[in-house]
Amino acid sequence: MGGIPHDNYEPKSGFEKWLHKRLPIVGLAYDTLMIPTPKNLNWMWIWGIVLAFTLVLQIITGIILAMHYTPNVNMAFQSVEHIMRNVNYGWLLRYTHMNGATLFFIAVYLHIFRGLYYGSYKAPREVTWIIGMLIYLAMMATGFLGYVLPWGQMSFWGATVITGLFGAIPGIGESLQAWLLGGPSVDNATLNRFFSLHYLLPFVIVALVALHIWAFHTTGNSNPAGVEVRRGSKKEAEQDTLPFWPYFVIKDLYALVVVLIIFAAVIGFMPNFFGEPDNYIMADPLKTPAHIVPEWYYLPFYAILRAFTDDVMIVQFASFITGGIVDAKFFGVIAMFGSIFVMALVPWLDTSRTRSGRFRPAFKFFFWALAADFMFLMWLGSRPAGEPYASMALYASFYWFGYFLIILPLLGLFEKPQTPPETIEADFDSHYPPKSAE
Amino acid sequence: MFKKTILSALVVLGFGTAAFAAEDEREIHDVAFSFEGVFGIFDEVELQRGLQVYTEVCASCHGLNLVSYRTLGDHGGPALPKDQVKAFAAQFEIYVPEDDSYRPSTPADYFPSVVNPDLPAPDLSLMAKARKGFEGPYGLVVNPLFRGVGGPEYIVALLTGYTGEEKEQAGTVLYENTAFPGGWISMPPPIFDEMVEFEPAADNDTEALSMDVASFLMWTAEPKLVQRKKAGLVAVLFLSFLAVLLYLTNKKIWAKAKRKD
Amino acid sequence: MYTKPKHSGNSKGGRPLSHAEDTGTRRDFLYVATATTGAVAAGAAVWPLVDQMNASADVLALASIEIDIDGIEPGTQITKKWRGKPVFVRRRTAEEIEESRGTPLADLPDQTSQNNNKFETDASDQNRTLDEAGEWLVMIGVCTHLGCIPIGDGAGDFGGWFCPCHGSHYDAAGRIRKGPAPLNLLIPTSEFISDTVIKLG
Repeated sequence: MGGIPHDNYEPKSGFEKWLHKRLPIVGLAYDTLMIPTPKNLNWMWIWGIVLAFTLVLQIITGIILAMHYTPNVNMAFQSVEHIMRNVNYGWLLRYTHMNGATLFFIAVYLHIFRGLYYGSYKAPREVTWIIGMLIYLAMMATGFLGYVLPWGQMSFWGATVITGLFGAIPGIGESLQAWLLGGPSVDNATLNRFFSLHYLLPFVIVALVALHIWAFHTTGNSNPAGVEVRRGSKKEAEQDTLPFWPYFVIKDLYALVVVLIIFAAVIGFMPNFFGEPDNYIMADPLKTPAHIVPEWYYLPFYAILRAFTDDVMIVQFASFITGGIVDAKFFGVIAMFGSIFVMALVPWLDTSRTRSGRFRPAFKFFFWALAADFMFLMWLGSRPAGEPYASMALYASFYWFGYFLIILPLLGLFEKPQTPPETIEADFDSHYPPKSAE
Repeated sequence: MFKKTILSALVVLGFGTAAFAAEDEREIHDVAFSFEGVFGIFDEVELQRGLQVYTEVCASCHGLNLVSYRTLGDHGGPALPKDQVKAFAAQFEIYVPEDDSYRPSTPADYFPSVVNPDLPAPDLSLMAKARKGFEGPYGLVVNPLFRGVGGPEYIVALLTGYTGEEKEQAGTVLYENTAFPGGWISMPPPIFDEMVEFEPAADNDTEALSMDVASFLMWTAEPKLVQRKKAGLVAVLFLSFLAVLLYLTNKKIWAKAKRKD
Repeated sequence: MYTKPKHSGNSKGGRPLSHAEDTGTRRDFLYVATATTGAVAAGAAVWPLVDQMNASADVLALASIEIDIDGIEPGTQITKKWRGKPVFVRRRTAEEIEESRGTPLADLPDQTSQNNNKFETDASDQNRTLDEAGEWLVMIGVCTHLGCIPIGDGAGDFGGWFCPCHGSHYDAAGRIRKGPAPLNLLIPTSEFISDTVIKLG
């Protein structure tokens, strides 16, 4: 329970006592629901609930879609149209699942950037952060696998490009790619196994989420002030915290419903806005689309992947020192995965003793530059290959890596942070000045 | 590094603008279709006209194999009466492999596919969703956000965008078209003024016919459009009401905590 | 689930703040209203998840089919698939009609017509055929014992159908006469919509 002094669960009825001795599940549920939560959490703390909701939504709509979908290259596209046209509310289920992925990634990016700004990744929450990164990777894999299933042009060609990346790995690349595909190119074997894995991974995500929650329940939530909950006594803890139920359950539900209003509006009035029209054309292995574009949530990484071309100095250097083993294609792959890897390492790269970015003026500047850089990379990922975009993507990639590998380590050593408030209670009260007469 | 910087800056100034502009070069105008907007729905009569245009003009080369005849009677769509749907379907024949013969189609059957290896005409069932008409500017999604993806507008622009110029290339005749990417399309202009007569009479110049068939194709691509928008509106209104209640509940619950005890 | 957090936010514990009693009713109403609205939203969301498993539009479209009987000679039968099951459409000969009409009802193990178009009638031949003259017999070709498809064309001891699986014998009106099957062959919702077309379902 976050190591925070609190009232323990006491089983009340006879049945509860009987069960508690055998499987303390009611106690676990109670403690989880009532966990003392820092009073001063702001609206950037709602994304966790949005993510949990969206995960459940995707699993439910996904399992139902799987009742009507056929993962065979001759029937996949038609089965999706069967869902859209014939299955009762099939159009709603499909559009919800499709736009649910977008909601999932909007929420996860806001959730991650919240963590980056407020230093949520800092000790003792490093493990929560690492598990979160694993969840993010699993989400990216799930999204990629899922996008192939409708077997449209983008499904097919996106799969071809991304599985082609594995072929770039020196030595084992070609066999690895053939192993993944089940053949020399993306075909029925690929589609069938992608369906199986797309069904599997979300449950891996569920397990990781359980670990994620366990981890941050063990350390206790972080908060915008970056100061820890006072753990000296129950009285002090109660001044810094409020039980999760009802305060944060209701607050989170309110925020969730507001988000769902926008979600419902997107599904109802612009369900194909985040998609690619080319995916309404059945896959044709003999015809490549004019622009192969991944779904929007991969765009920043797509930009990084494509930024490292043959003529880039660092690529040429890498090629030289490895005797040609590392080429531009492989370098791009390393850079792409590396960009997530450096983000995962942030608990150890950020040397500042001040946790929350709120009290780090110099940090704030670089953080917002990172956020802008992320959006810039996203836009660049949507552009056709070639200049001037390639150079821009290169600079944008350098900033990304520079932020984590150079700026954060140095900032901690040289910046002059402000003084955070003494306690969470003090931070909370400064936002809500006490009413004198009541 | 420096050289690359200067070079790319020049490229941005010099060629960049042209590159940016070229992406949006095709002239695709926004059209106020009846089905656009929060309250937009299909116009039954327009869809029936579009069906007629498709049947008389497009069906000779283009299939519509995802559309079942029975959907012609659906609410929110052309809403043809049951007997008309049956009669329409019966015009077409369907091959029965078990008997090695043909039988007339029933409403449960689907429009035919048209597969001709010499004439690669794409199936039109999803055409209105498989094309985009509006992009950018500069890859920012502002245009599609306000005007929609623009599939039907693209169709209208294509059908009305023939300049009359022709050329031959590697044995194929290509026709100049202002909307088609690349500017030259292998489909000869399919729509001419007054090529279809409507009962009751309605505008049948090229523009009107193109709009009718584009609306029809939007319906074939998205037959559940009307139900979708209705559901969206109900959901948004209901969730807004729930949001207000949750806001007040949240405020009430937190009121104690925000007061100094 | 708690509906009235009497002790929330009060670190002194136990004693409710005085104003809470004044606004108790109003606060409760808000909570009940919110919970109810939430439940309605959840219910509305659940319905599509359940309804999607019901028959889809393309399946429902085949709930009703039309059979062209033009060209079927007397003494012959066609079999059509309807709702996934075989339906026998037999044009009976004069002998078959006479034979069936002559059978005393007492001889029949199943006395009901099993005709979906004529509820609660007996198994007389007139109640089994689709037309007055008795020429046309439309039945679901599934043995009422355990579901095999009976062989027709006068098979069996009663000049009708015989089920090879467990030896049920049906007569020229499709009525069970001998064998383990409990019921006469079922007659689905059917009607002539023209001289040459029968509609099933």
